[in-house]
Amino acid sequence: MIEIQNVSKRYGDKWAVKDVSFTINKGEVLGFLGRNGAGKSTTMNIVTGYISATNGRVLLDGYDILENPREVKRHIGYLPEIPPLYIDMTVDEYLRFVCSIKEVETKHITNHVNDICELMRIQDHKKRLIKNLSKGYKQRVGMAQALIGNPEIVIMDEPTVGLDPKQIIEIRHLIKELGEDHTVVLSSHILPEVADVCERLVIINKGQIVAQDTLENLTRGISDTFRFRLRIAGPERETQKAIREIPGLVSIDAMGSKEPDTCDFLIESDRQVDIRRPLFNTMSKLGYPILMLRPMDLELEDIFLQLTSDTEEVL
Amino acid sequence: MLAVWKREFQNYFLTPIGYVFMAVLLLAGGLFFHLDNVLRGTNSLVQMFSDLMYVFMIVVPILTMRLISEEKRTRTDQLLLTSPLSIPAMVIGKYLAALSVFLISLVGTVFNIIVINTYGRVYWGLILSNYLGYVFMGCVYIAIGLFMSSVTENQVSAAVLTFGVILLLQIIENVGSLQMPTYLSFIKTIASWFSLFGRYYTFTAGIVSLANIIYYISFIAVLLFFTMRVIDKRRWSEG
Repeated sequence: MIEIQNVSKRYGDKWAVKDVSFTINKGEVLGFLGRNGAGKSTTMNIVTGYISATNGRVLLDGYDILENPREVKRHIGYLPEIPPLYIDMTVDEYLRFVCSIKEVETKHITNHVNDICELMRIQDHKKRLIKNLSKGYKQRVGMAQALIGNPEIVIMDEPTVGLDPKQIIEIRHLIKELGEDHTVVLSSHILPEVADVCERLVIINKGQIVAQDTLENLTRGISDTFRFRLRIAGPERETQKAIREIPGLVSIDAMGSKEPDTCDFLIESDRQVDIRRPLFNTMSKLGYPILMLRPMDLELEDIFLQLTSDTEEVL
Repeated sequence: MLAVWKREFQNYFLTPIGYVFMAVLLLAGGLFFHLDNVLRGTNSLVQMFSDLMYVFMIVVPILTMRLISEEKRTRTDQLLLTSPLSIPAMVIGKYLAALSVFLISLVGTVFNIIVINTYGRVYWGLILSNYLGYVFMGCVYIAIGLFMSSVTENQVSAAVLTFGVILLLQIIENVGSLQMPTYLSFIKTIASWFSLFGRYYTFTAGIVSLANIIYYISFIAVLLFFTMRVIDKRRWSEG
């Protein structure tokens, strides 16, 4: 749907983004992940046509954003990092103004604003001045603004920055809802947020794309072992010795005892072998019940740090 | 364009700016009418408009300073520039909003004509050409203010720059009217190209010349074009 082709942007002698290429597919929720200052906002600003790239181009269904800005902008709703709100207006006045500049037909404006306020759960605040709203509600008005005109693609740059935990959960919930019938691009430096909401990730570091794939593939690509947390009701030395003999085991670390008469282990096994069955059988034979067997996926933080701490090696 | 005009126009009256601008102009207009017409017993509005022009020079930066600089500072320009709205529509909408407030302030001066009409004789042609000259000067000043608002993010800087440029144009005009030896006559020639005020005085004399009208319209068009270019250029900026 949107193709970003070799986009670069230079500020002075520094490249804010360099040779960035990725595709945003129709209907997907794409996470755009990077540390602060990695080039996320610059890329989002280029994709939405707010700034122009030094090199490269952005195509929406084949239309170049520089050659057909109106056509392209009609299909994109954008919530920048700082919501672009006119704080002296009421929510209703503001959304009506956005309707006018986004070419919503006059006769449909009232219904359209009502629908979006309902979706964003701001109906009760329509008559309030934006400057008197809490940060969470301002963010919702910002999101409502991005949805005006029913754009197919909604791009959100750090939508949960500065919100309290309850507001963050609410906004994430709204993003999930949006993802059901929109193409959504969520730019963020907050890993759990992206993991929670997005199907596919593009990771950017120092202005360059370092990885783009589904979360599952990213995890797989980085590690060739499975990790499990194990709790067994039995003596530590004996169980450890038995587990060591299971084929496919890579390592086992004793983690002490968290409950009376039990012992915890962190075990790592070869990805090609599922050691859960032989593990069960072994413990069953010994008469030591398994109280817990929890897979420990490689955390997104691990992937992220590995990808962004040493860009050259990854590239 | 209409949406931008409406928002800006409403905003003038949601904030004190519109009220302050109109109050100052109406107060000054009333005062000058009293001094120049009532006390002197004349029916010509030339002196009143000419005095009012100096006050207008001071208050026009208040009217235009935040038009574009504020959008940049609060990042609301991201909304406008990522919407299907074109830059010319945005600039013209803002320009017309400021112009509307200025024109409304003129309505207050109609009272002066009613007073003259009651106690004396109104020369309609002369009055209309005076108004026309004053309106054109207002249009030019507002275009200067709008342009200055586009070159900085700071409202105060925009206001000071606007005032400075208008003052400079006035100084150029005064230099042009000085007695000069013939070898310096080119300065007079150059000054006459910019003669915004000289052309205004032909209106006050009751002469409505098409050349002067075209001059003012071109001046405004060039300033609006520059404003659009400044906004567009920022998107390409690599500074």
